[in-house]
Amino acid sequence: MSDSQLSATRAPSAGVSLFHYASPQTFFPLAGKLLWPSWIAAVALTLAGLYTGFFIAPTDATQGDSYRIIFIHVPAAWMSMVVYLAMAFWCAVGLVFNTRLSFMMSSALAPTGALWAFVALWTGALWGKPTWGTYWAWDARMTSELILFFLYCGYMALQAAIDDPRRADRAGALIAIVGAVNVPIIYFSVKWWNTLHQGASVSLTQSPSMASTMLTGMLLMALAAWAYTIAVALMRVRAIMIERERQTDWVRQLATGETKA
Amino acid sequence: MNWESASDFWHMGGYGFYVWGSYAVTAVLLAFEVWAVARRGRLARVRVARDVAVERMDERRREPT
Repeated sequence: MSDSQLSATRAPSAGVSLFHYASPQTFFPLAGKLLWPSWIAAVALTLAGLYTGFFIAPTDATQGDSYRIIFIHVPAAWMSMVVYLAMAFWCAVGLVFNTRLSFMMSSALAPTGALWAFVALWTGALWGKPTWGTYWAWDARMTSELILFFLYCGYMALQAAIDDPRRADRAGALIAIVGAVNVPIIYFSVKWWNTLHQGASVSLTQSPSMASTMLTGMLLMALAAWAYTIAVALMRVRAIMIERERQTDWVRQLATGETKA
Repeated sequence: MNWESASDFWHMGGYGFYVWGSYAVTAVLLAFEVWAVARRGRLARVRVARDVAVERMDERRREPT
């Protein structure tokens, strides 16, 4: 890209404002630069978390080694809720400010959120069998997490079913925002109802009810899940940008190798 | 050290099926997602490059020879 074209897209002031990155064209290379640090963080944190979880954290006195499922189960469940809230946030921003990038962010987050919800349910089932004697129960925590998984699927199915991307974004945004009410229900379900599922192992107000090495392993894995989610969502949002902006000059120049990013 | 041998590690105190069933399925799903997303990005670029090439060919054909 020539200098004259570049200067036309730059903000008039010398300082880089946050809104500068609100256009896909400027966000695309920024997302590309963030990719490698996110992947490196994800891999390093996963290795540290797994090492702590399997080789440093002791065997649990009551649950034996079955508790080691916690190192995936809790981070996956947290991420499934955090990603949904992030998705709903971007949808709300998109509806209010009518920014294309916000809706692209939301679409990029959905499959990863659905994956975390599925992993939380799957590992929960495999943990439930040895500790409670059942893979599944229609208990408040599990049922509301299953609904979260269906909300992700509904959002993706609805977006895929509508050809016009603008209408698909708006329809999907409604599901995402209305469905966000489910997230506090999941989080507080173990307090509001008598559930088979145990209460929170970690909360902001009480000291954690687990050994400190177990907690360290779990937090490392939670950070790893964050880094992974950021990395894979950035990759997906870059793909979505190319798909949706394929008629624009910047994408055409990018695809033909006339610019690099 | 929690484990006396490799087989002790895989046995996971009798919970091997549940623990490794959790970790294996998660690993496979994450690996699949990374593969699928990388493929999606690559295909998106290839499609745009192909469309641009076709358009340029059409333009050349329309020019009087």
